[in-house]
Amino acid sequence: MSFRILVLVKQVPDTRNVGENAMKADGTVNRAALPAIFNPEDMNALEMALKVKDERDDAQVIVLTMGPSRAADVIRESLYRGADKGYLITDRKFAGSDTLATSYTLAAAARKLMPFNLLIAGRQAIDGDTAQVGPQVAEKLNLPQVTYAEELQDVSGASVIVKRRLDRGVETVKVDTPVVLTVHSSAEPCRPRNAKRLLSFKHARTVTELQNEVKDYTSLYNDRPYLEIEEWTADNLKVDDEWLGLSGSPTKVKKIENVVFKQKDSVQITGADEDLDKLMKDLVDSHVIG
Amino acid sequence: MENIFVYCEITEEGHVADVSLQLLTKGRELSRQLGVELEAAALGKDMDQVAHQVRPYGVHKLHLADDDCLFPYTTLPHAAIIAGLCQQIKPQIALFGATPVGRDLAPRVASQLQCGLTADCTSLVIGDHHDKKSDTTYKNLLYQVRPAFGGNIIATIINPETRPQMATVREGVMKQEVADKPADMEINTLEVSDLTKAEHFLIDILDRHIEPKKVNITGSQIIISGGYGMGSKENFQLLYQLAEALGGEVAGSRAAVDAGFVEHDRQVGQTGVTVRPKLYIACGISGAVQHRAGMEQSAKIISINTDPGAPINNIADYAITGKVEEVIPKLIKYYKKHAK
Repeated sequence: MSFRILVLVKQVPDTRNVGENAMKADGTVNRAALPAIFNPEDMNALEMALKVKDERDDAQVIVLTMGPSRAADVIRESLYRGADKGYLITDRKFAGSDTLATSYTLAAAARKLMPFNLLIAGRQAIDGDTAQVGPQVAEKLNLPQVTYAEELQDVSGASVIVKRRLDRGVETVKVDTPVVLTVHSSAEPCRPRNAKRLLSFKHARTVTELQNEVKDYTSLYNDRPYLEIEEWTADNLKVDDEWLGLSGSPTKVKKIENVVFKQKDSVQITGADEDLDKLMKDLVDSHVIG
Repeated sequence: MENIFVYCEITEEGHVADVSLQLLTKGRELSRQLGVELEAAALGKDMDQVAHQVRPYGVHKLHLADDDCLFPYTTLPHAAIIAGLCQQIKPQIALFGATPVGRDLAPRVASQLQCGLTADCTSLVIGDHHDKKSDTTYKNLLYQVRPAFGGNIIATIINPETRPQMATVREGVMKQEVADKPADMEINTLEVSDLTKAEHFLIDILDRHIEPKKVNITGSQIIISGGYGMGSKENFQLLYQLAEALGGEVAGSRAAVDAGFVEHDRQVGQTGVTVRPKLYIACGISGAVQHRAGMEQSAKIISINTDPGAPINNIADYAITGKVEEVIPKLIKYYKKHAK
């Protein structure tokens, strides 16, 4: 019996580097102008899983992502870095999912991959920053959760020891597996791609991607079945359509606005003595300070 | 039924967290507007002081669970008690602090109750909604306003169908004010053993090192804040000197906190605290959207920056173009000259 680890990863628009053209005139986000990246904390989650593989020969790391076809990029990236297998959960029916519908879908996929010992995800994704999906997947699977994990300290037995990073300190907990962990950005960064694995997995594709390839991969895939990134749609999961996508999402977006600040007519001053002398006098006289 | 519910978080020191008192303040306002009552729950051990702490905020009913097994916080027993309580009292709105505890607990509860949850709200307002598709009008929904997409846009989220409408709110975003005339508060003691099961105690805490909260910059009328442009932790000493002269507190931007110049408790902005002092002096802060959102309500803003085009200058009353190392000592000098 192997020690199975599921890692939930997400492809996200890089909201940390939003340029001028990232917002459309109507105030909505121009997703096309933002590069799609591997969600940073999911990278930490992947590393946490790969570390277990370093320590246990029987460990197997399985990556799951939910998203459109191009999200297979994050599966390939995971394979390059050491993951054993990847699944892309994709269906138009999932569009518009909020965290509840997302966790319902991901939990259904995770259930199909049971039994597993650990389910690890990044604490939050940078496009929403909600940190809700991890705990909600845990609830749907009726598993305990350990959030803000920074380090897995012992994975040798039936229980694991996890160090958690909190605002003002750390906490170390012991919990029986299976358990859901969400990983904090303070955890170890992910190892780089492995050159050998990069060569092995550069042709890893989903069925949909293969159909769009000009080249015929049939014989390659017959020789190397591990190259297939499995694609699961709603039909592959035991799910009720009513709980998917928009209809399964209790939260609705009523309005999106640009961040608007009240512009002020600033008094421009220099760092010269007379300017600063006058400024401090004005502030004292108007009782702002003093 | 249909009341407003607030989860009161208990700090390391055994007090009700400030963010919870802020939520009680907001909850009281919403409950008055909707003509319903304000209910709160507090879970922990040695909870003798809790009723005394929440009563002034106008709570009508406090649900109290006092048991050694509830502190330190672990997810499952708290989630079981809060979800069970919500199923019983059926609030229309349930609010949690966007703290490590609240952000661990609220999603678990929301999933169990199968209802919507909005994280890190910066504003909560009651309003109506007309759904065009179904031609249905929803009265008195909770508009949950939050930054999204890394803080670059502001989204208003609603939960038309599910109850409670759940939201988390960061500390310092909402005001904290006691009620003029607090209600007579009823206390409901929860039977912890009835609400929890052995399977909720799967997490064994082996070790904890949690520092008490040392500073609370939200209470300060004068804030001297530094950004990445301060250059070093040593240069932050200048800010402490200015803060001491003016009688204020030192704060920092996320970039300064990430760079290790200043501790997280002093971080201003969307992922820190929101402040509204009489005077905010931004030193070496360019003014990312996420930072400005946390301080734009300051009565007077002074920025000190080498770049006259820094975005912070657009919301500053005084924009000083210059080096902080040169400007701050002069500010101290001339303040001392004019101080009465």
